[in-house]
Amino acid sequence: MNILVCISRVPDTTSKIDFIENDTEFNSRDVQFVINPNDEFGLTRAIWFKEKKGAQVHVVHVGTSKSDATLRKCLAIGADKAFRIDTPALDGLAVAKELAAFVKNNSYDLIIAGRESIDYNGAMVPGMMAALLDIPFVTNCVGLEIDGTTAVAEREIDGGREKLKGSLPIVIGSQKGLVEESDLRIPNMRGIMQARQKPFEVVTAQEAPAATKDIKFERPAPKAEVKLVPADDLDQLIDLLHKEANVL
Amino acid sequence: MPVLIVIETENNALKRNAAEVASYGVALAAKLETSCTAIAFHAANANELGHYSVTQVAHVSNGPKHFDAHAYASEIADFAGKNNVSHIVISSSADARFLAPLLAAKLNAGYAPNAVKIPVELSPLTVKRTAFTNKAFTYTQLLGDCNIIGVGNNAFGVIENTVDCIVEEIKAENANSNLEQVSIEKITGKATIADADVVVSGGRGLKGPENWHLVEDLAEVLDAATACSKPVSDMGWRSHDEHVGQTGKPVATNLYIAIGISGAIQHLAGVNSSKVKVVINSDPEAPFFKAADYGIVGDAFEIVPKLTEKLKAFKALG
Repeated sequence: MNILVCISRVPDTTSKIDFIENDTEFNSRDVQFVINPNDEFGLTRAIWFKEKKGAQVHVVHVGTSKSDATLRKCLAIGADKAFRIDTPALDGLAVAKELAAFVKNNSYDLIIAGRESIDYNGAMVPGMMAALLDIPFVTNCVGLEIDGTTAVAEREIDGGREKLKGSLPIVIGSQKGLVEESDLRIPNMRGIMQARQKPFEVVTAQEAPAATKDIKFERPAPKAEVKLVPADDLDQLIDLLHKEANVL
Repeated sequence: MPVLIVIETENNALKRNAAEVASYGVALAAKLETSCTAIAFHAANANELGHYSVTQVAHVSNGPKHFDAHAYASEIADFAGKNNVSHIVISSSADARFLAPLLAAKLNAGYAPNAVKIPVELSPLTVKRTAFTNKAFTYTQLLGDCNIIGVGNNAFGVIENTVDCIVEEIKAENANSNLEQVSIEKITGKATIADADVVVSGGRGLKGPENWHLVEDLAEVLDAATACSKPVSDMGWRSHDEHVGQTGKPVATNLYIAIGISGAIQHLAGVNSSKVKVVINSDPEAPFFKAADYGIVGDAFEIVPKLTEKLKAFKALG
């Protein structure tokens, strides 16, 4: 089985979100970039398939050489080969088109991408890629079994779960639950050394056009100070929620 | 060219978020000075969209009875193409965010989910939406010939205004799916995180899963959904689908009550879109106090049962 995991590089979840150039650009100074957590859950599941079922795991990323360290980390935790499609990631549709073209030129049974990136939260890439390739897609995936050429994927729905069946190749939008947080790998020295020897290919991009453009960012307005209510005066809290906040 | 409003349904009825999505779509059409049509699959009460100024509904009564992202996206794309639709309005629910990317790729459309208000510009179409998991906003230009706006949950509100609504039955010709539903499990009779007006959430401060009756009792009085912080789900005290925060579910409810949750930046990011936040925590230095509207410093084990009783009495008074 050949698995492709699509990797996005995002600011670490604890990063301070700040903007420069008159709020037109994200301030990446002092920001640590990591594998998008939703992608990492998917990659970890892919590595499970490698270890238990002998799958080959490739990772692919659309972006510039700034992301090479992130891709090396994917190799260090178990991916076999990395590809970087050499163009800045413009928007969800442009990235999906690059990835779809890449998948068409190669042969994968299972394609995994995080359900959404934690920076732009578009949740676009996996679904768009599936539609462009005209293959099945399940997102918010919290369970995945492969049997021969059939995938059974469970997706989290509001208040429950839905189990769906489709033929390979399939695109999966991964999230926490596909594996648990405790299953995530931390690269060890051996993995890091091996990653240096693993194939890493830079691929020429299609230069697909974007359908959207982020022109300006804004920080949320500063929050008013919390109103503290004494623990022995809960009637006051109810009164505030009822009359002031109007939520009861 | 008209606006198409994609309405979600469940059990042959409109879903609750239909009201907000319809209100947004109608307001957008008015701003564009164009007509608008809604499309809904399997909704016996589709005519009730007339309560939100929707005058026309295309009702699809064949094809998959349960939500099927692939089949629905194919059919909506077909309908949009035939009717020269220029703007599509959809919610930002989990189902919508399953369907919309498929639809966008089929139509080569621009797509912006989590819009917080009506577009700030019409040409080029510019939408203000949340980004960085609610830690910021971005103004996104949508440059397609057709563009899709995902309305953020509880971001725009509902505008009630009853008009005559004509429901036209249409047959799906293109509703093909490449997935088969094996099973579906869904809790019934209890509010869910996406749909509830109030969410009561518990953290590590509750010391163990055996104490969750505190959260559940309070939630019951408020018709609230129950949720939890990441460590609570990681430790297996509560199931993963209750985890709210950056890598869990987003919450955009009217009232969010956090009990024994310190307020890590990832948790706050996930709940920031809620309108009013109340925190109960014994540690006055807990970061959640900086993000909350109302706070009580004290022992949750004493405060929460009392609050539950008092709210019960308050609710009984009507």
